[in-house]
Order: sequence, then C-alpha cells, then structure tokens
Amino acid sequence: MRVALFATCLGDTLFPGAVRATLRVLERLGCTVEFPPGQTCCGQMHTNTGYHEQAVPAVRSFVAAFEGYDHVVAPSGSCVGSIRHQHGIVAEHSGDRKLSEAVGRVSPHVHELSEFLVDVLGVTDVGAYFPHRVTYHPTCHSLRMLRVGDKPRRLLSEVRGIRLLELPEAEQCCGFGGTFALKNPDVSVAMGADKTRHVRETGAEVLCASDSSCLMHLGGLLDRQREGIRTMHLAEILAGTEEDR
Amino acid sequence: MSGVDLGMPAFPDAARQAVRDAQLRHNLGRATNTIRNKRAAVVDELDDWEQLRASGAAIKAHTLSRLDTYLEQFESAVTAVGGTVHWARDAAEANRIVTDLVRETGETEAVKVKSMATQEIGLNEALASAGISAWETDLAELIVQLDEDRPSHILVPAIHRNRSEIREIFRREMAGSGTPAPTDLTADPVQLAEAARHHLRDKFLRANVAISGANFAVAETGSLVVVESEGNGRMCLTMPEHLISVVGIEKLVPSWRDLEVFLQLLPRSSTGERMNPYTSVWNGVTEGDGPSSFHVVLLDNGRSEALADEIGSQALRCIRCSACLNVCPVYERAGGHAYGSVYPGPIGAVLTPQLYGVESEDTASLPYASTLCGACYDVCPVAIEIPELLVHLRNRTVRERKGWFDRLSSTAMRGLGWVFGDSKRLGRAQRIASLGGRLFGRRGIGRLPWPLSRWTDARDAPAPAPESFRQWWERNRTGNGDER
Amino acid sequence: MKRPSRDAREAVLGSVRSALAGGQRGSTDSIPREYSGKRHVESLPDLFRERVAEYRAEVRTTDSSEAPEAVLGALEAAAARRVVVPEGFPARWSEPVAERHDAFGDSPRLSTAALENADAVLTTCTVGIATTGTMVLDHGPGQGRRALTLLPDTHVCLVAASRIVDDVPAALAELDPTGPMTFISGPSATSDIELERVEGVHGPRNLHVVVVGDV
Ligand code: SF4
Repeated sequence: MRVALFATCLGDTLFPGAVRATLRVLERLGCTVEFPPGQTCCGQMHTNTGYHEQAVPAVRSFVAAFEGYDHVVAPSGSCVGSIRHQHGIVAEHSGDRKLSEAVGRVSPHVHELSEFLVDVLGVTDVGAYFPHRVTYHPTCHSLRMLRVGDKPRRLLSEVRGIRLLELPEAEQCCGFGGTFALKNPDVSVAMGADKTRHVRETGAEVLCASDSSCLMHLGGLLDRQREGIRTMHLAEILAGTEEDR
Repeated sequence: MSGVDLGMPAFPDAARQAVRDAQLRHNLGRATNTIRNKRAAVVDELDDWEQLRASGAAIKAHTLSRLDTYLEQFESAVTAVGGTVHWARDAAEANRIVTDLVRETGETEAVKVKSMATQEIGLNEALASAGISAWETDLAELIVQLDEDRPSHILVPAIHRNRSEIREIFRREMAGSGTPAPTDLTADPVQLAEAARHHLRDKFLRANVAISGANFAVAETGSLVVVESEGNGRMCLTMPEHLISVVGIEKLVPSWRDLEVFLQLLPRSSTGERMNPYTSVWNGVTEGDGPSSFHVVLLDNGRSEALADEIGSQALRCIRCSACLNVCPVYERAGGHAYGSVYPGPIGAVLTPQLYGVESEDTASLPYASTLCGACYDVCPVAIEIPELLVHLRNRTVRERKGWFDRLSSTAMRGLGWVFGDSKRLGRAQRIASLGGRLFGRRGIGRLPWPLSRWTDARDAPAPAPESFRQWWERNRTGNGDER
Repeated sequence: MKRPSRDAREAVLGSVRSALAGGQRGSTDSIPREYSGKRHVESLPDLFRERVAEYRAEVRTTDSSEAPEAVLGALEAAAARRVVVPEGFPARWSEPVAERHDAFGDSPRLSTAALENADAVLTTCTVGIATTGTMVLDHGPGQGRRALTLLPDTHVCLVAASRIVDDVPAALAELDPTGPMTFISGPSATSDIELERVEGVHGPRNLHVVVVGDV
C-alpha cells in the first residue's frame, strides 16, 4: 500500500518526534511510506483567520505534492479536517476550476492517523507497549469535524501496560483555536486552565491527544504551572514497543 | 442600516475583564452546566432528533428563499383577521411606529413580553424618551431592568446573576417602580419568584397596552406564536386592550403544520424541557377574548442585507433557542456582555456583524471570538453551520477592513502564505528556526516578544526542533544515508 | 388611526427581493420530513399521566362516573371556594361542584377583579399530548376565554382519554389554527434563577389534571 505521510508544518518544524512516531507505526504495520518533499502546510491558519486568498498557495502545494497517492496520512485531526472541509472552499474562492477539481480528487484520500489505522488498515492493536497512566483529550476537529469518535481511545486501550484514565468533561475545547490563542489569550488560557485542572484530577502522568497544536497549548500551560505532567501525541504512545525497553 | 453604537470595548478586552470576575465565572459555569445536561437528556429521548433538525433547517431555508412571498401572504392573513401590519426598515422606524401606536391609545405605560427584536432596536429607551414606561415582565428581564443592567443571554438575560445578587436587586430596586419586595425576602428561588409575581401583578391588571415579539409567525394563517414559561406572556397577550407585536421578518414559517417540527425542537433545545409550560397562539383579534386591537410590526433592520449573503444568511434560520450559547466554552468564560450586543455567544458572533457590518472594531472582533470547536453546530436545532459562518465572516472582515493594524496583519499573513506556498522556502525557514532550537535545547521558551508574548504571558512555548522532520528524512531516507 | 406606510413596505419587500435575486439558493422546495409522524406508545393515557406528573402537576385518573368526585378532590386539595365554570362545561361533572362550592360562569362577562378573586377554574381540554405531557385549550365551549385559565391560582383540567394523542404532529393536525390556543405543560414555572426550575410565577400555580378513562 502506497502511503504518503503529511507531516504538517507544525509537526515538521516543532514536533518532528510525533511525525517520526507516525512513520514508525505505519511501517511496523507494513505500509510503504513516502514523504513527498513538495509538501508544506494545509493552509488552515490562513483560512481560519479569514485569509482565504493567502491560503491558496498552500492548497496548491498540497494537491501538487499528494495527488495520486492511495492514502495520505497526517498525525493531526485539525489539519485533516481543514483539508477535507476547507480546501474546497479556498479553491472555489480562488476561482481556479482546475484547483477545485484537484482538491476534489485528493482530499477524500486524506486521513487522520486513527482513522487510517482503524478504518483503512482495520487494526486497533498496533503492538504497542506503554506502562504509564495516561488520559486522552479528544480534540475538537477530530471529534466534530472528522467524527473519529472513539477510534483513538480504542487504539490506546489495546496498548499493553497502559492505564487509561477518564478525563472529566473531555469533549470541551482546550482553548487553543489557532490564532484565537493570540487574539483572545485571556479566554484561551481560561479554557486551558480548566482543561489542565481536569487533567490533574485524573492523576495521569501523560496527557495524550491527536493534535500537536492543542498539545502545544496544554503542554505550555502544564509546563508553566510546573505540573510534572507531560504531553504526548497519540502516535508517540502507539510507536513504543516492549523491545524498546 | 442603522449604525448602532454598541458602546463596548472589542471582545478581547471585554473578555479580559470577564475571565477575571470570579463570581461571573462561577455563576455562568454552574448555569450553563445545568442547562447543557438537561438539554442532552431530553434530546436523547427522541430517536428522530436528527431528522427533526434536518426538517427544521429545510423549512427555514425554504421560507427564506421565498421570503417576499411569505411576507405578503402573512400580511394578508393578518389583515383578514382584524390585525394591522406595519413594516419597518430599521430600528428607528420600528421605534417610531410603536411609539405612535402607544400614543394613540393615550396610555403612558405598557407591559412587555421578553422579545429579542425589541431589545435589538432599543425600544424601551425610545419609549422612555417619549414619556412611556415599558415594564419588562419576564423574571430575568425584570432583574436586568430593575438593576439597569444589560442582558447577557438570549433566554436567561440575568444568567450572570446568582440568587443572592437577585435578592439584593429586588430589595433595593422594586419599591422604586411599584410593589416593593417583602422585607423578609430570602435568596430562595421560590421566594424570589413569588416576589416577582406580586411586584408585577398590578402592572398586568392595570396595563392597557402590551408589547410582544413572537417566536413564529405563520404565513398561511396569520397566527403568531409565543413560547414561554412563566405566564407573563399569557398575561400580556390576554389582559390588555391593545397588543403590538414586533416581529423580525425571518420569523415566518409557511404553514401551521410546520410548527410540529419547531414545537419539538425549540423547548428541548432551549430550556431542556419536553415542552415549555405555556405556548400561546393567536390570530388577529378574537371577539370577546383578549385585545381588541392588534398591530404587527415587521422588522428588517439589516436582515434583508444578511439575506443577500448566501452563506451568512443561514444565521437567519435561528430560532433563538440559546443552545449554542450554553455549550460554547468561550461564552461560558467571557459571559454575554463581552459580545457587546443583545445577541451574544456563537449566534451573536455571526449575527451581529451581519446586522451592523464590520466597520467598527467591536463587531469585527466578534467572528474571532471562537476557537471553531464546533460544539454550537452540533446542538443547533436548525443546523446552522456556525463555524463555517465564522470563518466566512472572518474573510469578510479581512477583505473589508483596511486600518493600519489590519494591513500589518495582512502583510504578515501574506509573508507566511508565501513561505508555506513552497517547500524550499519552508525548508530554509526551518533551518533558520532549528538554529534557534539548538540554542534553546528542548527547554520550553518562557518569554517571546509581541505579538507572541500573548502566548508566552501564560504558557511556555516550544523551541523549534534542532532538526525538522524534513531534515531528518533527507538525512536518513534519501540518498544513501542510514536511519539512526 | 395612522395607516401603515406603503414606502416602508415596498422598501423592505424590494430589498428582500433583490437579496434573493442574485443567489443560487439550490433546491429548497422539497422539505424532508423523515421524522416520526407517529411515536410508538404502549398506553397513551399512562404516558400522558406520567409526563404531566413530572411537571409537578397533580394527576388523577377516573372513569366518567367517578369524575365528579375527582374534581371535588382536586378543588378540595387546592382549598378552592370560588370556582369559575365556563359555559359549555359538561353539567354532569360540574353539578356536584355547584352544590359544594361557590360556582359561577363567565356570562355575564366577569370583571378582571372578580376573576382575580376566583380560587379555581374548571375546564375541559381539546387535545392532550402524551409524549410532552401537554394540554391544548382552544378556548371553545367548556374552556372559555383565555383569561379564565390565567388569573385563578388553580386550574382543574379534565382530559378525556380518547382526546390524548402521541406527540405534537398528531395534536396540531387535530387543531384548528384560526382562533386563539394555549398549550399548557405543567404549572407556570421559571428557570431564570441559576437555571433551576421553580414552579409558580404568573399563571395558575396549581395544576390539577383529571384523566377520564372512558370518554
Ligand atoms: S443559532 Fe441555533 S443553537 Fe444558537 S440560538 Fe439560534 S437556533 Fe439556537
């Protein structure tokens, strides 16, 4: 199976560990993974801030890099959400019919990691080992844009050694929201503070999510509060095996 | 369009104050939690909720697509049953019409049923300046009016007040406008409700003029519908001689049968009940029952302009249930006042900029008052795609606003867009960033210059990785490099 | 009286029309109605009773021979002395009331003061809705004008079991939308204080419902 990995600009630049972990899980499950070098960014930050026109180059580079693959996998619910739901809007905005058509061809093949593992590969046990107390935050775009439901949790619950702890009010937004975090820092932090309080209540050592962006926000708060709770991407937990120990 | 000065700081500044108000945070957190759970429970009872929701959305979309026809049909139906229909282009015109109608009765006071439309146009203030006292009779509206406060929620305008605060307001203010509060009033909600009953009773029995809004207006029959809980609506619609209803033009539904959808959707979405205590339906004037004169004021006030926007016009489907406010994590923390509009929360963030334009900093900041988490869309009984509308209105803001700050952001976004448009440029930027990353090691960054200080004021920021994934891949997977 | 302005009418309609002129609104003509037109309910009266009671209304169930007793019981429970019995209310159920209470009708029309002075009102109901625990009054014979069920503090409502339907769609189909109507679901209530429900604000604070099985 020819699979292309979309690292996302944030993963590529700030969180390459999560991307390498994604690669590791996919290869362990027998996928031949390519990294199309022309890839950049999904354009979400621009689109969501209202700069549709400025998002056009990103959409162009995305379809150019990923056209023709059976599957494109990204370790981010929010980037995949943007690709599947907003690339069409941006393309239409540009007035370029060819671009709209290309988007129509490419975006249905793009999957968030947990969707790909559960729906396409049909696995929930990826052979992982992680003997720690973990709580999972289901990020908004995975939950309400992609409707991944409990797929990430199903993957985690098959991890050997893990103790999965229920996060209270899990489905409430963490307050990141892209440029919202800068435009409305006070509300963003207030929301994040409530989320980290719930995380602390679980007694977990690790806060896990499928979006590095939300983890960057929550991790930044946990670090600032010196909570001693680390954040890990879902892929990083799924990548570890018993042999690594 | 009437350029109403909302007279409020833009959302981020107003919200900065609000999130620091411990009492407000507590009151709102508690109230929205209660109502969220109630709603979820009664919605779960219906296995056809999604189908009802699809029908609700479709009926409204259909009505809006033929709005001119349905408005005319409604007008003739109302006229046929003894009512008079007035049309108002904007707030000033609507206020003038209502003021004139009250003046003609010779009365100097009127009782009011809670109505978003009359709040939107500032009717109470307009009447006051004409020497007419308008008494709000909904409990929460009464609290707000007595306290000379502003409403902060569509359904429960005093949601920002808790029971002890309400007791204080009643004890302090009731005497000034009628029956005083009992001297031994406690903060027990039962006693507070009782105090409101006594305070308003003689106003109801004395009043000769009532002013209402309507939840629905049926084009086919000319019927108006008011959905309420306390009975203050029934009092206003039944006891006075004269009734004036101010109705937004988007409130129409084509036929009586359509209400079978909305009377299931609305109560469950708004108060989390299977049905609200009272729903009143009336048609013009009925001999021997209720008011002998009836006027409807059909209000445009920016609605027809919003209708022209294919995406934005979805907001006109809104049935003002307030479910989107109750699930909104931003609303829960910032409170309704921060939105500077009678329509707060997610629906306010998409409606207010459309009704008033995005020229002012206040209205332009509203589409950005959301993380786009999507909780509002999930609960909206008429399936308004609020996150999409927010993004659409952000785009409109970007296109229409040309201040120095807007231009600066625009340049920055253009620059970033340029970098993201090409992998070579992105790769170069990453190499520069990773130099910085090596400098920091894997420690978080505690302080960054403006505008990134808005991040680091309360959160550490991650340092760029010493090696981007792209660099790692090039080193390990291309050419003949070995994976480490 | 001033006539409505034609200018404003034309302006609003014109602006609506021009807003609609540009757009491709898609097909909005066929409205999907895939929701359940009918709900499966084991026993309509049972569900109705249960749902009404959840609003903290008092519910009694009888057959027609015992109905007068149930009505008296309700009035007694509310300590009602002066009782409004609207014209057209079935005599066989109101006669015992007239014997034991100060019962009066609305003809000649009661003054607001007299109505305010009444302790209770007795009415029939046009349609009952089981799923939502709702009584619909169309204010015809046996129910009277709207004010009658508004000012007295107690409302005793007789509901014939045969008039109970499953849910809102069936109820609306039974109703004639040309006159005033009131849908009543429990006593008046408010949730305006911390969103906690409190019964009893402006409408009748006591609602007694008598479901009569065999009519
Ligand atoms: S937008 Fe939807 S959820 Fe929000 S108030 Fe309107 S109808 Fe209710």
